[in-house]
Amino acid sequence: MTTTGHSKSGAIQVTGEVIGLRRAGEYHVLTLTAGGIPDLTRPGHFVALAVGGEHSSMLLRRAFSIYSVQSRGVYGGTLEIVFAVNGKGTEWLSRLHRHDQVDIVGPLGRPFALPKEPVACVLVAGGYGSAPMFALADALRARGCRVDVVLGASTESKLFGVLDAKRIAASLTITTDDGSAGERGRVTDVLPAVLQRTDADVVYACGPMPMLQAVAKVATEHGAYSQCAVEESMACGIGVCMSCVLPVVGDDGVTRMLRSCVDGPVFRGDRVRWDEVGTIPEGTLGAPVSGGH
Amino acid sequence: MTRAVITHGPRPDAAADVPDIDMTTWLAGLELPSPVLTASGCAAAGRELDQFFDITTIGAVVTKSIMLNPRSGRPTPRMAETPSGMLNSIGLQGPGIDAFLDKDLEWLRARGARAVVSIAGGSVDEYTRLASKLRHVTDVAAIEVNISCPNVEDRGQVFACDPVAAAEVITAVRRNTNPGIPVLAKLSPDVTDIVAIARSVVDAGADGLSMINTLLGMVIDTDTMRPALAGITGGLSGPAIRPVAVRCVYQVHAALPEVPILGMGGIRTGLDALEFVLAGASAVSVGTVTFHDPGAPARIARELAVALAERGFESFEQAIGHAHRAPDPAPASGGPVAGHGHTLDADAPDTAVEAGVEG
Repeated sequence: MTTTGHSKSGAIQVTGEVIGLRRAGEYHVLTLTAGGIPDLTRPGHFVALAVGGEHSSMLLRRAFSIYSVQSRGVYGGTLEIVFAVNGKGTEWLSRLHRHDQVDIVGPLGRPFALPKEPVACVLVAGGYGSAPMFALADALRARGCRVDVVLGASTESKLFGVLDAKRIAASLTITTDDGSAGERGRVTDVLPAVLQRTDADVVYACGPMPMLQAVAKVATEHGAYSQCAVEESMACGIGVCMSCVLPVVGDDGVTRMLRSCVDGPVFRGDRVRWDEVGTIPEGTLGAPVSGGH
Repeated sequence: MTRAVITHGPRPDAAADVPDIDMTTWLAGLELPSPVLTASGCAAAGRELDQFFDITTIGAVVTKSIMLNPRSGRPTPRMAETPSGMLNSIGLQGPGIDAFLDKDLEWLRARGARAVVSIAGGSVDEYTRLASKLRHVTDVAAIEVNISCPNVEDRGQVFACDPVAAAEVITAVRRNTNPGIPVLAKLSPDVTDIVAIARSVVDAGADGLSMINTLLGMVIDTDTMRPALAGITGGLSGPAIRPVAVRCVYQVHAALPEVPILGMGGIRTGLDALEFVLAGASAVSVGTVTFHDPGAPARIARELAVALAERGFESFEQAIGHAHRAPDPAPASGGPVAGHGHTLDADAPDTAVEAGVEG
C-alpha cells in the first residue's frame, strides 16, 4: 500500500488492491483496500479512480459514490463502490482481478449534511444511485432519525441494495418503470404518499438529474428540506478542471456555476437550477461571454 | 546540491532514490528551485493540489488564466476524453482579477508558494488593465499572458494566431506592469509558423515564452450525432499533443536560443519533461496529467532528477537545449554522455572519426 499526500484532512491518493469484484443485478461491486481513505469517509463522499493501468490512454478519473467502508479488518481499510459498465473505463474496472492495483483518490466532495435533531428522513435513489444511501441511513439511525427508503429503477435488475434497504428502513417502497418489481412508475409517483405518511423533514436523494429535479420539487412542495447528490461528468474529481459545474443559487441569491466535485456532489435541492443544468442561466455571476478555451 | 522539491517528495521511500543534482533553473531572470511548474488551467490556484504534495516545493504554481471580471465559463458538457488526451471548452470560468488577488493569490502568498499569474483578455485594453492591477502586487513571480483568446475587436480572431495582435498585447502588458517581473507569452501551436509569432512577441518585450497552449479540436458524439462539447470545439491537451509541443519548443529554441522557454504539452513522466528540456525548455509545466495523477508535479520533478543523473548531467541547466548540440565526441571527462550507455562508434561513425581527429 502506497499512500501519497501529506495533508491530515481532505483527500489522499492511495494505491489500492482489488479484494473482490462481484455482480449485483446489472451492476458490479468492487472492493478495494484503500489505506486511510475509509477512516476519513462520511456518507456522500466519493472516490475518483484512475482506469486503464499505468500507461493508460484514458487520462480522466472515474468518480464513484462510496457504497461502504471498513476502517479496519484483515486488509486494513477497505471500501466498496458500485458501477455499471457504460464505457471503456468501467469496462476496464469490470475486468479487474484479485490483487490488481487501482489508484484511488478520496474521500472527495462534501458529504450529506445530517440533521441535528432526530427527525424523520426519506431516502430516495434511482438505479445504483442508492450506493451512498446505506451508510447515510446508518448515520441517520445512529442519531435517532426514522429512515424510510424509496428505490426506483427502469427494471428489477437495475435496482441496487434492496436487501440492505430492507434491513435499515422503517419502510421500503420500490418502483420500476416496467413494473417488474414494486409499483409500476417512478419514485416521485410514490414519494408524496411516503412524505405524508412519515411527516418527513428531510429528503435525501441520489440518482439521475431528472429524478433529482423531480424529487427536489416534491420535497419542497411538502415543506421538506432536500439534499441531492448529483451525477455530473467529472475529469479530475478534485476541483481543478472546472468540468463538472452546474448552476446553483447561493445564500445571497446569486447563481454561480459550482463544481460538483468540491462544492457538491451534495447540493440543497431547492438551490440547484435544475431546468438550466447544462446552460449558463441568465444572471449567473459572470454570464455570458464568448471567449477562449 | 539537492533542492527542496526532491527532499519533500510525498512518497517517503522515493526521496532516498533521488540523486544529488542541482535542479535550480532560471526563467527570464526568475530563479526557481525546481524546473517543474503546474500548467495554467490544470491546477486552479494551487490549493486543491496542496492536499497531494507540498506545492511550495515545485517551481511555481501557474494559476488558471484570470480575466478582469468574474466569468461563468461555457455551458456543459465542457470536457471529452480523447485517446491519451482530452478536449476542453471551459471558457475561462473564474472570479475576476480583484477576487483572485484577494483570495487566491493571498492564499498562495500565505502558503509560501511561488505564483506565476496567468492573465487573459478579450481586448488589448483588458490585458492592459490586468497588467496594471498586477503592477503593485508583490509575490507575483512572473506573469504568463494567455493570448489564445478571441479578440472581440477583431471578429474573434485569436491574438496568438496573429503576430501583430499578439505583439500589441505583449507590449501593453510589458509597459503596464512591474519591470522587474518577467512576462511570458503563451503561444498557440495552431499557427503556420510559430517562430514568426515567437519573434514578434519577443520583439514586443516578452521576457520568455510558454509553449504550447492546447490545439483546437473537436469530438462528435456518435450516439447523439452532435458535437460532444457544448462549446462545439475545444482545446486538445495531454500526451497526444506532446510531439507537437516538443517540435514547437525545438524550432523556437533553434531560432531564438537566448529566449527562455517554459515548455508544456502532454508531459506525463520525468522522461517526457526531459524531452522538452533537451529541446530547449528552461522549465516545464505539467498540466492535464494532474487530472489523472494529482501528485504528478512532484513525481515528475523526482523522475526528471533521476533521468538527468542517469545521463551524466551534473545540473539541470546543463541539459537545456542539449538536443541541438552536435553529438558528444566521447563519453569522457565527466560531461553528459550521448545516448546513456551505448557506444558512439556503432551507430555514429562520422562522429567517431571527427572525435579522433580532434583528439
